[in-house]
Amino acid sequence: MMFLHFFVFIPFHSHFTIFCFPVLKAVESFGMCHTKWSEKYQKKMEDELKKANLPYRDLMHVSDNDLELRRKDHISHFILRLAYCQSENLRRWFLQQEADLFRYRFSQQLSGSVRKFLDLNDLHYTSILPNEKVELKTQLINSTFGMKELFDTQDFYKVPFTDALDLVRGRKIFLRHGLAYIPHNDLVSIVLNDFRTSLSRALAVTARGLPVIQEDERLQPLLKHLSYAYIGQDYSVQKNVGNISLDQLDSLATRSFPLCMRSLHYALRDQHHLRHGGRLQYGLFLKGLGLSLEQALTFWRTEFARGSIDPEKFEKGYAYNIRHAYGKEGKRTDYTPYSCMKIIQTNTPGPGDHHGCPFRHTDADLLRQRLQSHRLSSSEINQVMEYVKGMHYQLACQKYFEFTHKVEDGAFGLSHPNQYFEESQKLLSGGQHAKRENSGEVQKPVVAPVTMPQSSHPAQSSESQSTQLSASQVEEQELLEECFANGVVLRFVKGTVELG
Amino acid sequence: MKQQLQHYRKKTMADADFCSAQLQDLLPLYYKRFFPFGRFFKWLNYGGVKKNYFQRREFSFTLKDDIYVRYQSFQSANEMEKEVHKAIPYKMDIGAVFSHRPNQRHCVKPSAFQAQEKELVFDIDMTDYDDVRTCCKLADICANCWPLMTFAIRVIDRALREDFGFKHRLWVYSGRRGVHCWVCDETARELSQAARSSIAEYLSVIKGGEGSIKKVNLSDPVHPSIQESLKLMKNDFEDYALVKQDFLGNEKKREKVLALMPDDLRTDMRSDFSSLTNSVNCWDRLKSCTQAKRAPDKWRHVHEEVMLQFCYPRLDVNVSKGVNHLLKSPFCVHPKTGRVCVPIDLNKVEDFDPFNVPTISQLCWELDHLPEVVDAQAVQVTEEGQKRRRKDYKKTSLAAAIRVFDSFLEDLEASWRGRLLRESDLKNEF
Repeated sequence: MMFLHFFVFIPFHSHFTIFCFPVLKAVESFGMCHTKWSEKYQKKMEDELKKANLPYRDLMHVSDNDLELRRKDHISHFILRLAYCQSENLRRWFLQQEADLFRYRFSQQLSGSVRKFLDLNDLHYTSILPNEKVELKTQLINSTFGMKELFDTQDFYKVPFTDALDLVRGRKIFLRHGLAYIPHNDLVSIVLNDFRTSLSRALAVTARGLPVIQEDERLQPLLKHLSYAYIGQDYSVQKNVGNISLDQLDSLATRSFPLCMRSLHYALRDQHHLRHGGRLQYGLFLKGLGLSLEQALTFWRTEFARGSIDPEKFEKGYAYNIRHAYGKEGKRTDYTPYSCMKIIQTNTPGPGDHHGCPFRHTDADLLRQRLQSHRLSSSEINQVMEYVKGMHYQLACQKYFEFTHKVEDGAFGLSHPNQYFEESQKLLSGGQHAKRENSGEVQKPVVAPVTMPQSSHPAQSSESQSTQLSASQVEEQELLEECFANGVVLRFVKGTVELG
Repeated sequence: MKQQLQHYRKKTMADADFCSAQLQDLLPLYYKRFFPFGRFFKWLNYGGVKKNYFQRREFSFTLKDDIYVRYQSFQSANEMEKEVHKAIPYKMDIGAVFSHRPNQRHCVKPSAFQAQEKELVFDIDMTDYDDVRTCCKLADICANCWPLMTFAIRVIDRALREDFGFKHRLWVYSGRRGVHCWVCDETARELSQAARSSIAEYLSVIKGGEGSIKKVNLSDPVHPSIQESLKLMKNDFEDYALVKQDFLGNEKKREKVLALMPDDLRTDMRSDFSSLTNSVNCWDRLKSCTQAKRAPDKWRHVHEEVMLQFCYPRLDVNVSKGVNHLLKSPFCVHPKTGRVCVPIDLNKVEDFDPFNVPTISQLCWELDHLPEVVDAQAVQVTEEGQKRRRKDYKKTSLAAAIRVFDSFLEDLEASWRGRLLRESDLKNEF
């Protein structure tokens, strides 16, 4: 049923959809560049949303013009759902950005609007009784940072802990017998949880209906383009298989690996073993580099054999997992190399682990030492550490790239370890930007860089893709790109929680 | 009689040492005479409240030479018993309850075959403590480091019970170097992946890999849940860390602890420690220093952070996260040690001694050497006239473990007693 609407809208939908894009993209980049919910972050969000000139703060008084703008907003939201329901990666990205945007907008609502919003969406929370509040005073104060000053004026709500998972995860609230005690200030977390759940469910439902519209040749390329444009290259398709030989790895690690992979490589060489998280992160990166399954098996087997794991034990305990990562076992999913976001946010390393993002998961002192050993000057180190302190781990890594490759302003937005590698190889293979240094010491790459086949360039591959499209599709895509370029921006998440 | 048994058991230790080559010969006997299939079914069927719950459960067998067979499923306890006798698995894992019977998964579309429910599980493994125990490494354990597992059970169990309100928690010795926990409440079995990972994170205090030295950072005020954990650990910490591990006993050990302190405190402590001779004195000095009235705020929690880093449970988060993660079944025999994965009595966690857990060889030996008279009594004649030995385990060292399992089952049973009746009543109203 839902999809019928979209066919009706097709003639103008490209205009709407473009509204959605830049806002969500902006939400993502603010989240990466600034500490979330810091003042600067809030300001950036405000500016971005102001450009839309949409009355998003007040639900009580809504004019016809507002309604028109909202209509566009809603339509764009649903088109994006179509585009972003297609894979797990896309869904995760979309959910994250929508949730951040929602949280910001919710926090900006006037208090009357909040109440109306909760009413409209049938969200009712009951606060705890005064005597319970008194009884639990110490625990409630100790559970939430800064609650001591606010305690007397705060209402607390009691909800099942599964409704406040974010707060549980961070140990930010008091829990007793499966109930979470939420201070009024954190109400947004529960509402957000509802929002997330229903959006996630809705995306799953949409994905199930996707085959029906896939037959429509007008929609398909467009949706593909929409989603592709956003997440960027995911390195899921293995290119240059066989272009790298195993004995090149050591020198490549020094030259062109990002710090996270370099650490994993050396930890492996040093200890002849990596734990599960490390094997996955590093193994998939190598897969993205173009290591074939056979090469990967040889690589891990040889290295493990230098430690305490003989080839027989390796076959039993480890080979399966490597074949699994290459989609040759189990449910045969071809796994994708991890992006920076994934490495930074998920699967935090524990004792004995070497994986993770060094800029995020390494102590400042140790990180300094490591940078020093990689011949960064102390002023360079300070610049990198400045980003680390501000929690801009990807920017820190990018700075590290610039210093180690002696370039100014790498001019690419780093979001993937494999991208780091490709950019590095591009430079070392004689990119024009490389600024040679006088010292001579670091001048010549010792290794001949791996030559990348033409098709590996993301832009080119998308170009070659589009040549296969019909003229009208090309037109539509051009229109899209043009709109991006002009920065005709803006979109808002809807004012109400969508029920899946 | 009792004396006789005691005598036999003592003898067992000498005569029935386990060696993994025996496994092939002993396992058939173990599955026939010891493995509690009936109770197992009763547990995983959960009173039949949900349709085909046991039948949709995945079991996975590890056969001889590490051959994995996944997606086994069974109609009944009987069928399971028959299949196990046939295959003689070296190890059995319990997986999720799926949307369809796992052994018939090829009959449905791959995307329709989904893991739906599983107990919330925790896996705590001694190898994860290698950087903070001084006695053993890797798979080895000894009486000096086992208290770490006692801490883990006490701390995690309290949080599951009091913070999350879970009632049915089964703790099991993993057979070698760790413990497992199965949380079996209906609400726990229905948890989403996100909820499972949130719980695991809530329970994880030690954060950071090889890149970070100080892995515990307490904020002020300290969360009530961590305060409770600290209370539980405080009593036994001194016996464990100061006596058993002697964790401030020499300079090398001391440096490890000093590394966790803020710079100014470290300088003070380093010089203080050098004049002190043993762990107890060093620890007392550290405590009095950080608790002193004039101590700076950032010293306030240092000794607690040290305690947590050295003793707080270290969960394998990935095991808890996934609905679809396999975990070794209770009452399996660990293929390397031959020890049975026995349930641990929560009332006597401190008394649990992994070296006292019966091995398969010991059990079989006990069976062979039971007095004839007693043996004859145990032979029951079933309705079909078949002679079956039903109660063999009762006379062996496995009896205590089965009793623990029984009391867990009894509580669990109360949760579904009357459920089916009530539900059918509700339906009749229509």
